[in-house]
Amino acid sequence: MQWGSVAEFFAMGGYGLYVWPSFGVAALCMGGEILAVWRKHAAALESHHDES
Amino acid sequence: MSQPSLSEALRGVVRRDLLLAMRHRSDVAMSVFFVVIVASLFPLGVGPEPAVLRTIASGVLWVTALLACLLSLGRLFTADYLDGVLEQTLLIPQPLAVLVVGKVFSHWVISGLPVVLLSPLLGLQFGLAGDSLWVLTLSLLLGTPTLSMIGAIGAALTLGLRGSGLLVALLVLPLFIPVLIFGAGAVSNSLAGIGSEANLSLLGACFLLSLAFAPWATAVALRIALE
Amino acid sequence: MSATGINWFKYSSPQAFYPLAGRMIPWFAAVAVGVIAGGLYVGFFIAPTDVTQGDAYRIIFVHVPAAWMSMFLYVIMAIWAGIGLGLNARLSFMMAQAIAPTGAMFTFLALFTGSMWGKPTWGAWWVWDARLTSELILLFQYIGIMLLRSSIDDLRRADRASAVLALVGVINVPIIYFSVRWWNTLHQGASVTITAAPTMAGTMVTAMLVMMFGFWMYSFAVTLARMRCVIVERERQPSWGKPASIPDVAEAR
Repeated sequence: MQWGSVAEFFAMGGYGLYVWPSFGVAALCMGGEILAVWRKHAAALESHHDES
Repeated sequence: MSQPSLSEALRGVVRRDLLLAMRHRSDVAMSVFFVVIVASLFPLGVGPEPAVLRTIASGVLWVTALLACLLSLGRLFTADYLDGVLEQTLLIPQPLAVLVVGKVFSHWVISGLPVVLLSPLLGLQFGLAGDSLWVLTLSLLLGTPTLSMIGAIGAALTLGLRGSGLLVALLVLPLFIPVLIFGAGAVSNSLAGIGSEANLSLLGACFLLSLAFAPWATAVALRIALE
Repeated sequence: MSATGINWFKYSSPQAFYPLAGRMIPWFAAVAVGVIAGGLYVGFFIAPTDVTQGDAYRIIFVHVPAAWMSMFLYVIMAIWAGIGLGLNARLSFMMAQAIAPTGAMFTFLALFTGSMWGKPTWGAWWVWDARLTSELILLFQYIGIMLLRSSIDDLRRADRASAVLALVGVINVPIIYFSVRWWNTLHQGASVTITAAPTMAGTMVTAMLVMMFGFWMYSFAVTLARMRCVIVERERQPSWGKPASIPDVAEAR
């Protein structure tokens, strides 16, 4: 453990503004992708349901 | 009548396309005028200062040639596709890839070669002189056929699709970029006094690579589009 | 995937593949979550602060895996495209279709996080060096493949045309990979190679490789899920009167 405090962890040695958006956007992209696929799948099944 | 040989078929394709182009000489003129007008836009937009123009010359002229090639790709297969000749071409016993080379060659003679021949004049307009003019012409001479061959793949893939003009651009521009980098790089290197042999040889390599693979990919794409 | 004597062709029909994929997804997802969590832990709490770059370097734990995945996935997509063209197998084309969006996502992520890393370390949000430019071209290629597919109505032509485009563009991947070696540009050289010992600290390399494995597992899970989605969507073009071959679809109907 090298972080003296939670504040230090979030500051990332002054680079927090670069590090956290990077990981944040990564999480958003990956989470968003999962969500999109899930919804598309549900919609596709739904359209079959409507068809018949 | 005995079956025509490969070279006869090739010559036949080239002769036909060039003949058709001769009857619509405006096609040749269009490419030329496009390049002239677009190249003139930059000094008008950026300002006439010679030093600036010389700096942007290689990039501007190369991008202009690239766009001219892109815009003319619509003419490569569309006319033949619309009147059914393309389907017949697919039935010719000769390898389709060779016929594609013929078509792309005539297409280049009509749209690419005039640009190459005009390039020294355009280079002068931008303040290029001496060696760099030669390098410009040579780079375009190597580059424009390469662009035509790569572009043919895009034209074949998007045959008959709506909005194909824009789509071809999006598909083919990423593949054009290495050629652009080497070509414009050759000219700017020559301007800077550094040798441009490296870039020109890379251009040559791109040309040979595209000659080896692009016609075959185009033929595959044509068959996919027409089946 | 498995080395046992499975009859591969048994799973080469969408009907058989659909439930198989459904069974595999939870495993890949669970492994992905666990491995990524572990990688993040090592990356943030065990790997030390870098001497030259401070803590900004930690972006590599998402940047490098994303960049590697963007290249891997393109090559795998191209392989499936080639198999599809060669064997005329529907499922191969569907696999290529399922991979493309994930590959594009990782390419975008690589460019974005690379930009985030570049600003504090090189001083610029973007430089036109060889590797960045070719990675950008890769993004354009992914998008082009997806656009081409969506522009063609006929499914068979769409499959085969985007397959050809994928194969034509595969030449860019070695260019990206070797660009740092061929051109003397800003991007740092490879710090992890198969032949030489890594030049980064051990824990940093570990975290990076763990994250890469995690992204890989994530890609498996998402691609398989998208495959199932694609299968259901294509089932929507039925020969009328034929019963649905996918159980879920039959239920929905």
